[in-house]
Amino acid sequence: MAQSKELFEAILNGDAKRAHAATEMALAEGAEPMQLIADSMVPAMDEVGKLFEAEEYFVPELLLAGRAMKSAMELIKPLLVASGQKMAVRIIIGTVKGDLHDIGKNIVASMLEGSGFEVIDLGADVSPEAFVAAVKERQPHIVCMSALLTVTMPAMKTTIDALSKAGVRTQVKVLLGGAPVTSQYAKEIGADGYSENANGAVGLVKSLLAVA
Amino acid sequence: MITETLLKYSTLAVQRPDELLYGASPLPLACGLGLTIGAGQVFPEVNFTLPAMNIESGTWPDVVAHYDEMASQILRRAVSLGVPGIVLEFELLPPMTDHPEWGAEITAVLKRQLVTAHEKYHLSCALRVTPTDIRDQQKPPLMRTGQPWQRLKRSLELCAEAGADILSIESIGGKEVHDQALMYGDFSGIVFALGVLAPRDMSWLWAQIGEICAAHPGVVSGGDSACGFANTAMQLAHQKMLPEVLAAVVRAMSAVRSLSAFEQGAVGPSKDCAYEGPILKAITGRPISMEGKSASCAHFSPVGNIAAAMCDLWSNESVQNVRLLSGNAPEAYTELLAYDCRLMNTAARAPGGALQLRNWMVASDEWLSPQAAVLSPDATIRIAAAIVTTDTPYHRVIAAGRAAVQVLKDGVAEQKLHLSRKELQWLARIDEALERFPAEEDALLVDLEAQYGSLYDKASYGL
Repeated sequence: MAQSKELFEAILNGDAKRAHAATEMALAEGAEPMQLIADSMVPAMDEVGKLFEAEEYFVPELLLAGRAMKSAMELIKPLLVASGQKMAVRIIIGTVKGDLHDIGKNIVASMLEGSGFEVIDLGADVSPEAFVAAVKERQPHIVCMSALLTVTMPAMKTTIDALSKAGVRTQVKVLLGGAPVTSQYAKEIGADGYSENANGAVGLVKSLLAVA
Repeated sequence: MITETLLKYSTLAVQRPDELLYGASPLPLACGLGLTIGAGQVFPEVNFTLPAMNIESGTWPDVVAHYDEMASQILRRAVSLGVPGIVLEFELLPPMTDHPEWGAEITAVLKRQLVTAHEKYHLSCALRVTPTDIRDQQKPPLMRTGQPWQRLKRSLELCAEAGADILSIESIGGKEVHDQALMYGDFSGIVFALGVLAPRDMSWLWAQIGEICAAHPGVVSGGDSACGFANTAMQLAHQKMLPEVLAAVVRAMSAVRSLSAFEQGAVGPSKDCAYEGPILKAITGRPISMEGKSASCAHFSPVGNIAAAMCDLWSNESVQNVRLLSGNAPEAYTELLAYDCRLMNTAARAPGGALQLRNWMVASDEWLSPQAAVLSPDATIRIAAAIVTTDTPYHRVIAAGRAAVQVLKDGVAEQKLHLSRKELQWLARIDEALERFPAEEDALLVDLEAQYGSLYDKASYGL
């Protein structure tokens, strides 16, 4: 119990070393991996999200908390795999073809990862074909696309069309983000969701997949 | 010592805050078709882009037609408003740099429009061309070798041949480290990116641009922008994702890397989105372009008026070619800029008028945000003086950071600048971090190797 609280605090304060040590100690004391996730890690990240929403935390605090969560997960993941328990939701993310802007996409990727999702970052200037190939190969639950330029927004539609043409569109939820993108545009081109910021993207993923 | 950058400036070209005025630079620049920038007047710099559309071979005729239409309408509006001079800026989109002949084709189209306006209406004008820095197409980016650099270089050359009067770029050297450091609020990484990597890349890159300009008489080496660094921070701060004090200190520190262009022979005007421009002007005496309230079509800024206070060109940053009630957006924004400039130029003709208008523009913004506070004439001179009195880009970045922190702390102490508890905590954290840096950059390089070493290619920075 003490280690569970320690882990919660470590994640909340973005202290990766402390989170790793607390997890190690808790597991040594016989804590169940799933229990640690449910009692410490998820509540800690929820609290971090709330502090961000309340403008008490900025992105650095958010990402450091995610990094601390990840360091704890490094110890827990192999135990979950060994016991046959379900792994994280898998997400593919990239900035669309013709667009080299990637800091917004990177923030979203880091925050999703920090929230316990498995994130495969395809980078920037990602062609529709590369998105399709990654979906086929990695079988994600979600595809996230970002664009900063108005002239690269059409590549979002081209990518969704390519996913449909390849017969994999129904296997994934497609989410969009980026300064010029709107929820209206996301609807128009057949995406499943849109978020105007990184924290919202995490919430959107959770709500779409009904993840706690 | 591993520094390979040339440091040319050790004194300020403008010594006193009251000598930092809009429209006036100690070293005015004659360029283009009869235009002299920084010699007493502010001119509009109009920047324009495509509406949402694909850029590919099949749509290329439409792309060219858009640019032709935009230039024609901008110049028509400029002539009807009697502007004394104008600069058009063509910022290439990535595919136009990837296909250097595409960017050159549009450059030629725009230049033809300017030549016609100059011949027909005696309009003094110039064309700034800014290829996209596409060198980050692979991870880690290769800055000095490889296809992206070859295409970028070709793009600069072909645009110079096709009629560019001013060459610029928003270079991205060091951004691969800065992005991550900024996201994690890691001040060591930020200083490393801005004080070691970026100046090294810019020194190399701007030497190349200087050579291209030298090979094309009449083409001048303009200036760079810390857009990918300080503007990214400013926008993230606006979205409450980063502390505003962090973005403000990054702005001041970013001037060091933008100065590298001038160290390598750039003569201005610096890029419009280089909000660090006043610091560059104070150091180099070269004219600068700025953007603020009339660039709200492109993005938010907390420096709408203060940004105009020391400008020589006044820009709208970028606007799409979409239809508005008054015409297309680029010509509408030309009108906006024309009136802004007309007011500034009219005030400047009255004794003491420029200083008075400048002071009002400064006062309207200065203490409402940390970003504005570090860009006042007083703060500009303090930060610029801190930069030139140190001896390497690394030391300069730390000195600029300390000066900016002091400006903010003074503002808080004098109860002019009001910061939230969280912002104050971050300011104290930055202040503390700036005191902990190793004396030389070699040690920082070693310290950060494990954290950032895989993100950048050492050879690309001469390391």
